[in-house]
Amino acid sequence: MASEDVKLIGAVMSPFVMRPRVSLNLKGVEYEFLEETFGSKSELLLKSNPVYKKIPVLIHSGKPICESLIIVQYIDETWSGHSILPSDAYDRAIARFWAHYIDDKWFPALGGIARAQTEEAKNEAIEQVFTGLKLLEEAFEKCSGGKPFFGGETIGYVDIALGCYLGWLRATEKLIGITFLDETKTPLLCHWAEKFSSHEAVASVMPETDKLVEFAKMIQAKFKAPANK
Amino acid sequence: MANEEVKLYGMTLSPFVLRVEWALKLKHIEYEYVNEDLKNKSPQLLHYNPVHKQVPVLVHNGKPICESTLILEYIDDVWKTSCPLLPSDPHEKAVARFWAKFAEEKCLHSSFDVISNAGEELQKAVEELQQNLKTLEGYLQGKKFFGGDIIGLVDIVAGWIPCWLPMIEELVGVTIVDEEHLPLIKAWMHDILELDVVKKTMPPLDKTAAHMKAIRENVLAAKST
Repeated sequence: MASEDVKLIGAVMSPFVMRPRVSLNLKGVEYEFLEETFGSKSELLLKSNPVYKKIPVLIHSGKPICESLIIVQYIDETWSGHSILPSDAYDRAIARFWAHYIDDKWFPALGGIARAQTEEAKNEAIEQVFTGLKLLEEAFEKCSGGKPFFGGETIGYVDIALGCYLGWLRATEKLIGITFLDETKTPLLCHWAEKFSSHEAVASVMPETDKLVEFAKMIQAKFKAPANK
Repeated sequence: MANEEVKLYGMTLSPFVLRVEWALKLKHIEYEYVNEDLKNKSPQLLHYNPVHKQVPVLVHNGKPICESTLILEYIDDVWKTSCPLLPSDPHEKAVARFWAKFAEEKCLHSSFDVISNAGEELQKAVEELQQNLKTLEGYLQGKKFFGGDIIGLVDIVAGWIPCWLPMIEELVGVTIVDEEHLPLIKAWMHDILELDVVKKTMPPLDKTAAHMKAIRENVLAAKST
């Protein structure tokens, strides 16, 4: 589709922004990336997403679409080529289920580690992340059917949903000194993580782990109240 | 569709189960309703929903689908010919999904905060719910329903509002939706309650009110210890 006006408002560090980027790459759609500066919100962002004022926002021929997984589905429904969601209705429901689980339960547990106020809360969050990964390992076995991705031969909806958190998962591993993706515990996911990260649609938009670690430390320092008042 | 086997595992007091019933009835899908006692969950429920162990679960030809909003999308995907729940245009579809998510994450969750609080915290929770309902009202934009002339996904997902909110208002002793501040939501609530499918499936109000009262009392008691 020539002269398609496709813009994506986002930021390189955001796992949510990575989702539409991978999707657009898979479909071979060219887009203009409008990078937001951390700590401030552009007028275009505020106008395009007045409800949440958050990234990512896809703007297609002037019309905004918000919320990362809603954008991924929009991209899948609008452009032909690589199929992101399965063609079978039941498989689609299963894919949506796992993406929902990842966003609703698993990622909040990962984020909960940094937010934990006590050692007990931190350990509980860590335990939840491990439990979730075990569940996702079983899901991978069922969904992939022996193929490299949750989506089978090619990257699909659940791959995008989970894969875009890999950078932050690895950064958290470095920050707290725990290995979450462990070959002895979740070998299929370990292998999948390598395949996903090195895929041509993903590699150029996956933020470097060290940069995420630096970014996380910067945010933590910013939000910690001054020690002595 | 002959030879279709559709079962819905549910519980009469659940707004999440009610949504699925509305969708099934609107599309004239025959189904068997299996009532669950959530204090004593059946082996079938635990087998069909091992991750969350919750209702609703739709079982279609032996295959389970969990999570109410996902069940709604599945029903719309499979039974396409009657009463579409989502628009066919991809952008309008994305907008509908956005508002369904907003209604769920912001409005429904704010209502839990209202039920679980008293005093100043209650007042804050009420104000937040009213703000979120005001934002949601923007999507009505003079339409009769969120879906347009007929109800769609957002109406169904927000369907707990006309059915449950009046009970919540009575329980906490505060008016949340009034004609002056939320005129479109108020009118929409009335129009939803007039629908046949809603009248036929209204939960038993006395049991629902008692159930909600018990939840509130337990939460407030736990907070004061």
